Parts: sequence; C-alpha cells; structure tokens
Amino acid sequence: MLRLGHRPDALIEVLHTVQQSFGYLDDDALRYVSTSLHVPLSKAYGVATFYSLFTLRPQGEHTCVVCTGTACHIKGSTMILNRIRSRFGIGPKQTTADNQISLLTARCLGACSIAPAVVYDGEAKGKQAPDDVIARLEEW
Amino acid sequence: MTDLVTTDGVPGAREADVDKPVRRSRRMTGPQVVGHARATAAVCQAAGCLSAQSDQVFEEITAQLIADGVTDVAVKRVGCLGLCAAGPLVEVPETGELFRQVSPDDVSDLVTRLKDAKPVETKPALEPFFSRQHRVVLENCGKVDPENIDDYVSRKGYRGLTRAVTELTPQQVIDEISKSGLRGRGGAGYPTGLKWATVAKQPSGEKYVVCNADEGDPGAFMDRSVLESDPYRVLEGMAIAAYAVGASHGYVYCRAEYPLAVQRLKAAIHRAEKAGYLGAAIAQSTFKFTVELRLGAGAFVCGEETALIASIQGGRGTPVPRPPFPAASGLRGKPTLINNVESFASVPVILREGGEAYAQVGVGKSRGTKVFALAGRIVNGGLIEVPLGIKLRDVIFDIGGGVPDGRKFKAVQTGGPSGGCIPEDLLDMSVDYESLLAAGSFMGSGGMIVMDDTSCMVDVARYFMDFCREESCGKCVPCRVGTTELHMMLTKITEGRATLADLVQLESVAAMVRDTSLCGLGQGAPNPVFSTLRYFRDEYLAHIVDHVCPAGVCALSGGESVA
Repeated sequence: MLRLGHRPDALIEVLHTVQQSFGYLDDDALRYVSTSLHVPLSKAYGVATFYSLFTLRPQGEHTCVVCTGTACHIKGSTMILNRIRSRFGIGPKQTTADNQISLLTARCLGACSIAPAVVYDGEAKGKQAPDDVIARLEEW
Repeated sequence: MTDLVTTDGVPGAREADVDKPVRRSRRMTGPQVVGHARATAAVCQAAGCLSAQSDQVFEEITAQLIADGVTDVAVKRVGCLGLCAAGPLVEVPETGELFRQVSPDDVSDLVTRLKDAKPVETKPALEPFFSRQHRVVLENCGKVDPENIDDYVSRKGYRGLTRAVTELTPQQVIDEISKSGLRGRGGAGYPTGLKWATVAKQPSGEKYVVCNADEGDPGAFMDRSVLESDPYRVLEGMAIAAYAVGASHGYVYCRAEYPLAVQRLKAAIHRAEKAGYLGAAIAQSTFKFTVELRLGAGAFVCGEETALIASIQGGRGTPVPRPPFPAASGLRGKPTLINNVESFASVPVILREGGEAYAQVGVGKSRGTKVFALAGRIVNGGLIEVPLGIKLRDVIFDIGGGVPDGRKFKAVQTGGPSGGCIPEDLLDMSVDYESLLAAGSFMGSGGMIVMDDTSCMVDVARYFMDFCREESCGKCVPCRVGTTELHMMLTKITEGRATLADLVQLESVAAMVRDTSLCGLGQGAPNPVFSTLRYFRDEYLAHIVDHVCPAGVCALSGGESVA
C-alpha cells in the first residue's frame, strides 16, 4: 500500500496484494483496505465481488484451475469438469469437504494451442485428458 | 558462472544491472561463449512452451554444453516461436532447424547436433506454416531475448522512436500513421491515425496514453504472445503515440491471468527507463514519458474502453455511454488515447520504415498485417501473422495444415464472443475487416478457432452466450437480462425441449439485445447466435424437430441422445 501511495485508484492493486498474502479477502481485510485508501467500504466490497479473480472465501490446500476458453471447450474441458465432479463431488468455485482441493475455472488462459489446459497450484499444463487430471488430483 | 550472454556478437546484458522488481532466482544464463557463437539454440520461453518445461530444456542444454566444455555455442531464451502446438520448441537460426517437442529429459540428440552445427548459406525451405506468413509485428518474436533490451535495440529497436522525437513533429508522426492505413487491431478497426489526431487536437494539458492488454476473448492469445516475446516494441509504440498526442504518462492495463506477460512487462518498463527510452529526456530530447502497469482482475467487460478506464481508476469495470469519447474525456476526465497491444506493436515499424511502406501490404481499406491465434481442431496450432487480404482457406489449410485425424472441417470462429462462425463454402473469402463483417462475423482481436464435425454449432452458440451472461457487468437491462434469457433458450434447444416458437423468440430477443445494449459486450453478444442461425439453421432444426444433435455433443432428453 505504501508503494502505491494510499491512492484510492490503487484499490485493485492493493486487493491483489492482500489476496496474494492471505489467500482470500475477509471482512477485516476489506475494512482495513477501505479505511487506508479512503474509499467507502461499499466500494471496496463492490470491487471485490465484481472481479472474478477475487475470492471472499478461503481456498483449499491445493487449487486446480480448468480453462474453459473456446479452444479448451471444443477439446473437452467440460468432460474434465464432469469427471472431477463425479470423482471428487465438487463443481467450479467449490472446495472438497476435507479442504484439500479447490476447483476453479478460467475464461481462457491464452494457452489455446495446447488445449485443454489445466493449472495445478500455479503450474500450467497443456493437452490434459480427463484421466490425467484425475490422476494428478488424486496425488493431492 | 559469468553473467554475460553473448549471441551473434550482440553485447550482452549485464544481469547485475537489472534489479528488484523482477524475480531473478529462476533465471540462469547460457554457457560462456568465447568470441562469435557458431550456433545458437533459441529456446522458446513463452507460456505455451513453458507449460511443457521449456525452462528446464534451456537449463539442461546449458548444463550439458558446459559439462562438455563447448564454448562456441550459445543458448538463448527467446519469445514465441509460433508453432505452439508442437512445443517445447528449440530453433537453431544458423542452420534453420526447428526442433519440436524437445523433452527436458532427453536433450542429448539436440546437444550432439549443436556441437557440429555450422551456419549454412542456403537454409532448408520453410514449410508453409512459416513461408506463407508475413511478419511485421512478430518480426522479433522468437528472435530476441524478451528480457534483454540490448537485443531489441540490436534488431532496429527504438529507431522508430528516435526518428519520431528527433526528426519529426507530432503532426508528422500522425501523418505517418494515417498514411500507413493502420486500423485498430483490437478488432473494431477504427483508423488509428484519426484517433491519434483527435486526441492531439484536444487542448493541451494532462493527457494519457493507455495500452489495452486486457485480452479477454476466449481463444485469443496474440497480445499475450507479443507481450511475452517482445515487450519493448509495445512500450516503444506507446512512447511514439505519447509524443504524437502530447501525453507524458501512460498505463498498460494487463489482465492478471497472464502472469508471465506481467512479469516481463514490469522488467521491460524498468529497463527501458534505465536505458533512457522511458522517463525524462527520451533519446536526448526534451520529450518525457512514463509508463505504469495496472492489473485487471478477471472481467471481460474491461476490454471495453470506458470500462477499462473505470478499472484503472480502481473501480468496478462498468461502461458509460459514449460520447463523450475517451479521446475527449477519458481517464480522470482528461483526453485519453486507447489502443490495444497489437496496434502499438505495429507503430515502431511504421515510424522506422515509413507509413507508405507499411501500406504496401493489404487489401482495400485493410492495410498491413494481422496476427492471429490459430487453435481448436487444427494441425499447426499457434501464433501467426498474415497480410490482410489473404484467403481464409490459405490460413487454415496451408498455414494451419487443416483439420487433424482425417476429420471434416465444419466452421471457423473468429472475433470471440462478439464474432461468428464462418462455414466451409465461404472459405475463399479474403481476411479483412469488411469481408468478415459482411460474412456476419467480426475481425475481433484475432482468435481463430477451427471446428470439425465433432462440434455442435448450437452448443457453440450456447457456450458464447454463457460467457456473455457471466461477463455482463449488469449495468444495462438488455444485456443483463437478455443474455440470461438467450442462454436459457439455447439450453432448452440443446436439451431437446424447445419448439419452433422458441426459435422465433430467440431471434427476436437476440435482435433486441443487439440493438439496445449499452456497450459492445451486449451489442455483440447475439452475434454467434445470428451467424450460426444463418449458416447452420439445419442444426437448430435437428435439435428442435428431430431431437437429434448431429454432432453428438448435446444430451437431448427426447429422442436419441449420443453424448
């Protein structure tokens, strides 16, 4: 926040930093950010809920992001999501009951020529078959 | 190990010069080269190849060369080599060889080859994927080290900017751009020269230059590749624009989904400042220009210029009605020039070679070249740049190598969620702004997704509507409610529950959403529906009347279902 000079227009950058540090944005964090940047809490909350990369809930130990861009869609990302649902019982934006795996979807990671793409804990992998994904998630 | 990398006699960048903002830990330099390098292994370090461990390939080749005491072979990190589907890629420019699918576990063949590789006079004939392309924006892509500014300068980098600020007046720069016929490469095709002139005409005072790097179209990765492979080019284009319109501060608004592009941009801004190509007294003149990077947070609508401005100011990305256009009243109410990455990346060449030279290529009102991202059911998926006016068939079958597995080509989708699907009988059309619009599609930012007979066109229309429904900012009713309604109707069709009356209603609601939405997102959202209805109405009818999905994608409740 210091780096960005407590400017109200730095709200999105600051929220990124907070989320990187704590994993998600809880009420205390939002209150603190809104006071520090002199923006209304309603605006901080509005921005945090408007953008899909911000999350207000804690994530599981591991995150799996399945790309659902056009190229991945026609190459079977829906099948991957269906398999994950039947194996682990979670859909997009959900976390398994043991808090191990959070499933997320992304609207195109720009890795279209190696579709379908999946990101495991920040590590992107291309040309993933449903079996690859399940095998990888079972390791977690 | 030394911190000097030397390739092709280019004075190496001292890694120690580059500090804090970039994580240096993972960057390892190539082997020490004595004198001229006899051969170079250019290892692709763009996101596609990186996801297949091309960073380890780099380290493995380096380690083996060092272990074997080789001192006349350089290893270099470069940006996207283009043929992303066959990554990780390693090119040896001296011999014209391209190694595909190089595994980090087995680089010994490659290393053996490197040890006796000699520069050849006549390089092997290029395959059509490369020979049919015309590289202007991508001229350095896969050639320069994206983190090394000296490498960029050695390939004629910053000559355009230097010429602009030392030899030309701002008006002459704008004239040069107008002569080139460059149009907005973000898709809408607004003449760039005219846009610059409008901003330049505003009363002097604070003005801004904004680079739209919020490449939100699913299935498009041109801007990402340019930023990852040649970031200085974009910064140079922005600086030229700032000089022309009289701005001294600029922003790059980049989506957070591209961490590598963000990292390289940050590094590039920092190094360009140190080298005197950004900041005060650019190229020893009185012109000053600074650039700040702003991150998106996952909202497609922020590609719309007024929404993008709202987002840069830290707010929700909701558009406002135009006029006033950002050229008159944009960021913080000041005149603001907004162009996308590819438009800015075209500018340095125009200033360096002249507008007329750039306009030599192209057709009709579409001059120059366009970068496309080829993906989907296609053999040579990757990043390409072609002259405008090329036949669509040549792009897909010559460059792209056609559809794999002996399947039949069905359609190519261009223009993202605001675009349309072009069927096989229109493949001989020319790729330019007007022809694509006439065919019911849209140039868009340059994603081209090829589909074969395993894709259901109703499902594709439903997919894009689902996208627009989720990404609608919710400000205006036609888009917020209309896209949801349209998505429900399309779902009904794909589930085999629809009647012919639903089809009539689908068309009328789609027309309403197109005509009454506030911004481009809503206005363009029905386009995939219109284009699939225009060319593939029989597929809609098959779902509704016969309860069959011809491609076997949709699970229909009535009749036979395949999926």
